[in-house]
Order: sequence, then C-alpha cells, then structure tokens
Amino acid sequence: MDIIVCVKQVPGTSHVEVDPVTGVLKRDGAAGKLNPYDLFALETAFRLKERIGQARVRTLSMGPGQAVSSLLETLYMGADEAYLLSDRVFAGADVQATSYALKCGVEKLGKFDLILCGKQTTDGDTAQVGPELAEQLGIEHASNVLSVDEICEDSVTVTMNLDQVIQTQRMKLPCLLTIEKDACTPRLPSFRRKFATKEDAVTVFTAADVPDLDLSRCGLKGSPTQVERIFPPEKGGGREMHEGDGEQLADELYGILRSGKFL
Amino acid sequence: MGLVIHQEKIDAAAAAKLAALCPFGAISYDGTLQIGAACKMCRLCVKKGPEGAVTFEEETKPVCRKEEWNGVAVFAEQHGGSVHPVSLELLGKARELAAVTGHPVLAVLIGHRMEKAAEELLRYGADRVYVYDDPACADFLISPYANLFEDFLKKAKPSSVLVGATALGRSLAPKAAARMRAGLTADCTRLEMKENTDLVQIRPAFGGNIMAQIVTPNTRPQFCTVRYKIFSAPERREPRGEIVRMAVTEDLLRGGTEVLKVIRKPEEIDISDAEVIVAVGRGLKTKEDVRLAAALAEKLGAQIACTRPLVEAGWFDPRRQIGLSGRTVKPKLIITLGISGSVQFAAGMRNSDRIIAVNRDPHAPIFDIAHEGFTGDLYEVLPLLIRRIEETSHV
Repeated sequence: MDIIVCVKQVPGTSHVEVDPVTGVLKRDGAAGKLNPYDLFALETAFRLKERIGQARVRTLSMGPGQAVSSLLETLYMGADEAYLLSDRVFAGADVQATSYALKCGVEKLGKFDLILCGKQTTDGDTAQVGPELAEQLGIEHASNVLSVDEICEDSVTVTMNLDQVIQTQRMKLPCLLTIEKDACTPRLPSFRRKFATKEDAVTVFTAADVPDLDLSRCGLKGSPTQVERIFPPEKGGGREMHEGDGEQLADELYGILRSGKFL
Repeated sequence: MGLVIHQEKIDAAAAAKLAALCPFGAISYDGTLQIGAACKMCRLCVKKGPEGAVTFEEETKPVCRKEEWNGVAVFAEQHGGSVHPVSLELLGKARELAAVTGHPVLAVLIGHRMEKAAEELLRYGADRVYVYDDPACADFLISPYANLFEDFLKKAKPSSVLVGATALGRSLAPKAAARMRAGLTADCTRLEMKENTDLVQIRPAFGGNIMAQIVTPNTRPQFCTVRYKIFSAPERREPRGEIVRMAVTEDLLRGGTEVLKVIRKPEEIDISDAEVIVAVGRGLKTKEDVRLAAALAEKLGAQIACTRPLVEAGWFDPRRQIGLSGRTVKPKLIITLGISGSVQFAAGMRNSDRIIAVNRDPHAPIFDIAHEGFTGDLYEVLPLLIRRIEETSHV
C-alpha cells in the first residue's frame, strides 16, 4: 500500500505584524516548523503502515527550500521518502493554485492508495487545500477524520466529525483523508533514524521536473483570488476606559453589569 | 505576470536593502539578485525597494462574462430537516450584498423531506430556493452533494456563493470550488459587494495581526466560507419567493462512499451559543485561579471560555477555546480577564454585543475592541467584584 502524507512548513511563531509607520510587514525571525496539525496525519500513516505491514509512507510538501528541514523531520519520525516541490513559479498561490501544485507533485510520485493531510495549517487556517487537492486528483475525500477503523486493499472505513453528528463511512481507495487534531498521539522524531538519515535525503523537484505543468495554473497567475490590500485590524471606536484602584474598578464594573441587567 | 528583477539597477547595497525588506526571506544575492520560492507575492520589494529594481508586470487575464452570473447564493446546510443557523445568518448577509447589485438571493438545499426547511429559507429572505430532495441525500455523502451543488451552480449561475464554515461546509465548498476552478476564501469575517459584482472578502491573514482584503476579479462564481456567529440572522417574515424543485438523477448520486453509521454527538459544552461568557487568558497565574473566574461566571449564569495558551497548558477543554483555531462566539456580553487580545482571539469574539476587558497592560490590543476597558489587576478587581455581588444578593 502506498500512502502519501502532504505536509507544510509554517512560521515558527504567528507574529507577523505591519509596521504602523512604514506599512511594511515586519519579518518573522523565528525558523519554520512542521505544521502541528500534520503530525496527526503522519502518525496515522505510520500506524497504518504498522497495521498493514507492507506499506510505504512518502511525504510531500510545496514551499521554499527551507522546508527541507521539516521534511527531514518527517523522515526522522518514520517516513520512507520525502519530496519537496519548490519553485518561484508557485509563489503567491491561493488554495486553488496550491492544490494544483500538490496534485502535480502527487502525480510525479506515481501510484498511491491513500493521501493523508492535516486538518488545517496554523498559518493559513483555511482547512481547504486537502479537499481541493482531492477534487483536482478526481478522488473522494473525508475531512475531520477521527479514526481510521478498517483498511483493506480497495477500501477504507473512517469515522469523521460532522459537528452535530459523527459519521462512519466506507470509502473506495484511492481517497484522501484530513485527520482531526488529537486523533492520535504523534511520535517524536527518532534519534536513531536521524543519525541514519543523510542531509540530502529529501528529493527536491522544481517546476522543470514536472511534466506537462500548466504554468497558467501555478502561483499568483493560477490563483483566482487576489489580495487587494493588507491592513492592520481596525480599532473599535467608542470605548470607555476605566482606571483606578481595585475597589473603584470593581465598583464601576459592578455598576455596568447591574445597569446592563446581567445581574 | 509576476516580479521582474532588473539586475542592471541592483548593486550589493540595493540587494541588501531588498533582502532586509522581504518579510519572508525570499531574496538573496550572489552577484545577481534571486527571488526564491519563499516569495509570497506581497510585492513590498516593488513598493518599498529601490526605484525600478524589482517591478511587477501585470498581464491581463481573460475575464469571464460576469453579467452571465447573477445572484448571491447560500448553501443551506441542514441536518435531519432543520436548517443550520449559520445558513440563516448568511441569508441575511446575502440580502445586504444583493441589494448593491440588484441580484436575487438564492438558496440551495440538499437532503430528504425538505418541504419545511425550504419554507424556512423563504422566511429568512431567499428569493428562490433550489431543492434537491431524495432519500439518497439524507446523509452527507461527498460526491452526490458535490455533484448536486455543481448542478445548481451550472443551472442557476450565481455570482457569489456563501457557505457556512462548518465541518460539512469546509468539506463541500472546496470540492465544489475546485471543480468550478473558482476562487474560494475561507473564514471571511467581513463581506462587501462592489457594484461590478466583485465580492470583497476580508479575513485575518498570515496567521498574524494582519487583515487581508481579497477579491476574485476574473472568474465566477466566487466562493467564500463564513463561520457561525459572524453575522446576524435576519428577521423571520412571511415567505415570499419561490421553491424550485430540481431533478435528482442516478448519475448525480454516483460516488464511492457508503455511510455505515451516523450517531448524534452527546450534548456537550458549547460556548458558541452562550449569551454571557467569562473568558480568561494568560493573566491567570495558576490553574487553581480558574475558580476565581468560575465564581464570577456562576454569578452571571455565564459559560467560561479561554484563549489558546490555556488549552495548550491543559487547563481547559479545547471546546472552551475562543479564536481562529477555536470557537467563534457572539454573546450579549463577554468579560475578558487577563487577555491581551491577539487578532486570532479577537476574530473569534469581536462581534459580541458588549465586550468588557480587564487587563493590567493599558496598551493591550484587547482595549482596541472592548466597549469598556478596565486597566487593573484581575486578582484585585475580581474578588472585590464577587464580594460586591454577594453582598447585594443577600440584601
């Protein structure tokens, strides 16, 4: 069985700010890290491999060259092979263009039975790339998967979270699953695997390595959505500030709660 | 289309300036300037860099015939025949958006035994409700739902499509958008309409303290998802408008998934429906101090909620977390205690009717969105407030 796990490197911290004077985005100094939600997809893949015996787990990412470090981490954790699709033609991609690039990456890897993704990323927070990737590949998907209950040669049974209900369903392979946070406890990278892994163990593809890449569907050019402007969040008007000692503040707060009929 | 580097205008000094300017570390220099795959096309190098060093070349993209796409559509989510309240909120917003362009408000409903649900949608402002009613649609199945949604989109040709950012919506909307090769903006917190029918979609971006205004200028339909409790449901009224029954053919029901079991989730903590919320953040020093806030919550009949760090610290159930990675709430009153107010947190509660913030730091961003700000130590204010409430309730 061939399992592909799609991962993303996200900023180490979520602190990107606009300088109020120059309007320039302030650089985020911290190094990137593996998207925390992807850890659950990786762990699910490793457990499936252990359960099935004969299986290969490959990881795939699209992003800048620095993302190699996150892919190496997936190898330390237990992935058999890791691939990075990296090229400036993919820059400025929205959900549509990102999932197109990943589709090309998946096709480049060849045969697969199951694709696993994290539920969402911590930087984009959209949770939309997995389902769009499935559609681009012409396969079905299930989002917010809580558990993979059964797997056999041609189907997988999963339980997924649909807010008010929990649904268990059998899906034909190949298909794509996005794994819910806390679906399992992710393992740590293994030191033994780290020592055994060469630094150049991640295969990096550029746009030139992808046959029949449609450049009009890549990056900013392939993105139907466009960012018109970015701006700091507006400040609410009409607020009232209260200062003073604890006694005074408690009094005023009490007064507000009372007059608002909250007490 | 894209960034063009004019190497002849770039020396080492200009390159250093450009490299320092790029927030994503995508620019490097080894005699020639390189822009790497980390580029996010923010174009700061164009706007703020040395004049003419990096330019942005527009290429006119083919624009679709926008006038062929008419209507603001809402995907109406239902479970067991009852419409999810987020769909009603979206109908209210759709009405506002449609007023700008004179478009009709459409709703699409997929399920089984949908008569009542369809009428509800008319009562909440839909001009036309397209109904796909079939026993095979009783449970959510990705392929049939996507096929029927696509059938609606191709027949009704709505210009904008609003979908609730529920588990189901976040699964279906991207599938449909990818199939239509359409733009999709997730988790919008504000929507506006331009007179040329471009939907202005505003959402927090880059995971940080930045808002992005996003448009889909060249293609239709334009998809967005919006979370529950971001907008307000309109007044229920007498049903106007019409119900359009759509054919559900075998072909559209095809798929590779079979539902084995559906169980209703047990009643659980749900802060998103709470009318009053007491929320705590990192100003709380120890896990034991939660009871201070809990005492106030009890007096107010409020639900207790928290910020992400407290969930990560294991002090709270994740279902009590407010924010982008937690729940969105819109209570009548929210009191935040020791919360600085990151944009992620604010995105989950800024639409609350009344926000009272208590924080020691007078410059905390929470005070920018609070209606009443209290600069003070929650450890001083809270016990005094609770004592005050207890004194009066004994009288």
